[in-house]
Amino acid sequence: MENLGALAILLAFCLAVFAVIASVAGGWKRNAFLIVSARRAVYSIWLLVTVASGVLVSSLLASDFRFAYVAAHSNRAMPALYKFAAWWGGQEGSLLLWSWLLACYAAVVVFTNRRKHGGMMPYVTATLMLTQCFFLILNAFVASPFRMLALSRSITAVSDGQGLNPLLQYPAMAIHPPMLYLGYVGFAVPFAFAIGSLITRQPGDDWIHTTRRWSLVTWLFQSAGIVLGAAWAYAVLGWGGYWNWDPVENASFLPWITATAFLHSVMMQEKKGMMKVWNMVLVSGTFFLCIFGTFLTRSGIVSSVHAFAQSSIGQWFVGFLAITIAGTVYLILSRLDYLKTEARLESVLSRESSFMFNNLILLAAAFAILWGTLFPVISEAVTGEKITVGAPFFNRVNVPIGLFLLFLTGVGPLFAWRRTSLESLRRNFLWPALAAVALTIGLFAAGMRHPYALMSFGLCLFVTWTVLAEFYKGARAIGAKSGRNLALAAVELTRRNTRRYGGYIVHLAIVLMFVGFTGSAFNKDTTIEVKVGDRFALGHYEMKVADLREGDNDNYTWDRARIEVWKDGSALGAMAPERRFFKASRQGTSEVAIRRRLNEDLYLNFAGMSDDNQRAVIQAFVFPLVSWIWTGFWMLVLGTLICLVPSKARFQYARLPAVRVVQKNAATIQK
Amino acid sequence: MRSYWKFAALVAVIVGTLIWLAIGGTTGSMTYYKTVAELDRMGSQALGKRLRVGGDVEPGSINRTGREVSFVLVQDQRKLKVVYRGSDPLPDTFREGAQALADGKMGPDRVFRASQIQAKCASKYEAKPGGGKHPAYINKAGV
Repeated sequence: MENLGALAILLAFCLAVFAVIASVAGGWKRNAFLIVSARRAVYSIWLLVTVASGVLVSSLLASDFRFAYVAAHSNRAMPALYKFAAWWGGQEGSLLLWSWLLACYAAVVVFTNRRKHGGMMPYVTATLMLTQCFFLILNAFVASPFRMLALSRSITAVSDGQGLNPLLQYPAMAIHPPMLYLGYVGFAVPFAFAIGSLITRQPGDDWIHTTRRWSLVTWLFQSAGIVLGAAWAYAVLGWGGYWNWDPVENASFLPWITATAFLHSVMMQEKKGMMKVWNMVLVSGTFFLCIFGTFLTRSGIVSSVHAFAQSSIGQWFVGFLAITIAGTVYLILSRLDYLKTEARLESVLSRESSFMFNNLILLAAAFAILWGTLFPVISEAVTGEKITVGAPFFNRVNVPIGLFLLFLTGVGPLFAWRRTSLESLRRNFLWPALAAVALTIGLFAAGMRHPYALMSFGLCLFVTWTVLAEFYKGARAIGAKSGRNLALAAVELTRRNTRRYGGYIVHLAIVLMFVGFTGSAFNKDTTIEVKVGDRFALGHYEMKVADLREGDNDNYTWDRARIEVWKDGSALGAMAPERRFFKASRQGTSEVAIRRRLNEDLYLNFAGMSDDNQRAVIQAFVFPLVSWIWTGFWMLVLGTLICLVPSKARFQYARLPAVRVVQKNAATIQK
Repeated sequence: MRSYWKFAALVAVIVGTLIWLAIGGTTGSMTYYKTVAELDRMGSQALGKRLRVGGDVEPGSINRTGREVSFVLVQDQRKLKVVYRGSDPLPDTFREGAQALADGKMGPDRVFRASQIQAKCASKYEAKPGGGKHPAYINKAGV
């Protein structure tokens, strides 16, 4: 079995090398035989990596502790779901998952585009397979999941494994890494298309459309991965937060930011033929950040709550990144003529400039986060001292950035292309702006004093209003023509231009999430030692410890506190936070109890027992509006899916004539 | 051309503001990583600086009195007494023999006053390549 897995990886590596060489040679010499054979190599690689993954998963499920990986990340008592999830529970396995996902993506891309995009596809294949080569090298030679335990001459297995890290034994966590990886890995595809188009100087915009759809899909996976991670931190880590600016969290957030920037600026390229160089930089930058994120997680270069043990794997990543970055920079510089812009920026008050500001701000955020994450490394290199910056740094920079982005979300889509008149500004923004100011003043009068929270709530109303007004205007026009009621007309409106209105729905989702983030300005918490029968209070809530129990199962032992809760005097029933101690890994975890409501969550953590084992240490938190984040996420999924549905009406952007009109106008103005 | 100037001015204002925020944030939350030995050598220079010290929790040294927890961090036979009086309870993984990171400040009495503690249990199998060079903190957990 173990030989089968290792052999499959080795064969896949050889085929990947072949696929790179064959497709480059085939593309260059226009040799259809080589191109087809490279394509078939891609399918075979998928099969081989699938076999290797199958071997690993089946040995995990069968608890085959001869494998070092299985012994370190699984144990007999674990439920089958977590045995399966142990595939990505450790270094070697998760790199295999990377490889497998990349093989899947590559096979799908190569298959679906086999008759499209002319001479560019061989280079797309080559780029994908080059990345595949790199990860297969890691799988085969650096971090092989098929290493066997050899404790001594006669003992080649342990009787039971160490078990999956208990913090990972949680449903959202079981799917969080694959989601995040689907996003990470997926960005190899837009990158491959970008490289292919650069090499062949691909004319036309067809490949940009393909790239945009792929980016949207992978962006959705990235968003899902990040939010699942946040939900996991909230429900499992027991410190009551969902985001800590931890290096690994940042690593997942960085490519998301640049991908978001790309999804916006790619519209400039599609509709106006502008920002082509910039888009190349964004696509490749996002891909590099995905690799970099994997590197950060895997190498332990920056200390983190999540990071794996330090290992030599980092050098491989640095080498791969250096080579690909150098290659990409060279390609972009040598193809600047191909990337020439077709239009110029005309006014600061225009859709174009709002996109540019959006990009500027997103990139500034990405840069600040990268800076903060790498600060220990940078400072050690420069001053010889390892210095970290903590959450205050990230919050201080990113909260204003977030608010400015929120503002742009409201105004950007309503600016006209090319230039916007003051009259139309007044027409579009007077009422939403007044409403936002009124809300801010109202909240201030009601006693809210937190400046960022006031601004955030005001902006949230402003954006919601402008977006809903867009829906209302469009739907009313359709309703008047076709006699449909407003709701049906809004659906029809969305179907006619899914990209635009799906995008608006994503914007609304972001607003909901911002409402949730803003709630954190009003968190309350208390930590208290209590005996059975003791009462304590937090905010509107009063709590009483009803009893403390303990128990035991195959996987872990537990202590559970049953706490009765009242709000403003009326009983809400009991909540039961729990502490678990996992036997195999000898680690404890907290199982918090959360009463989730739209206005606020009550969050109880059984933090520990006092030394004399008489009193329980209970942490109680009130988190206002946290549920809005998760609600916003589902809306984001909905909006993105709508964007992916083709519009009912096909839009043709008559770009060239528009450029000519612009030039004519420019000529008249100059006269 | 005028719109380009306007655009450039706006960009400059935004970037300037962000740099100002970033510098403020950096100086406001810088924390120095130190080993126990380095901290010894720093002497009185260590006073007042925000520090992060890593080491193993000495078995038998954990002492709880009310909400105050004191323990001794050991690294390469050097010892450091740490007192923690934070509001967060100690992490599940904090116990004797575990690796711990203490954030806080050095007191004039050579007792480290921690405001935050992170801990990871020492793993049985996980190797530590190049381990012990620097307090670059080694731990294992998921993604």
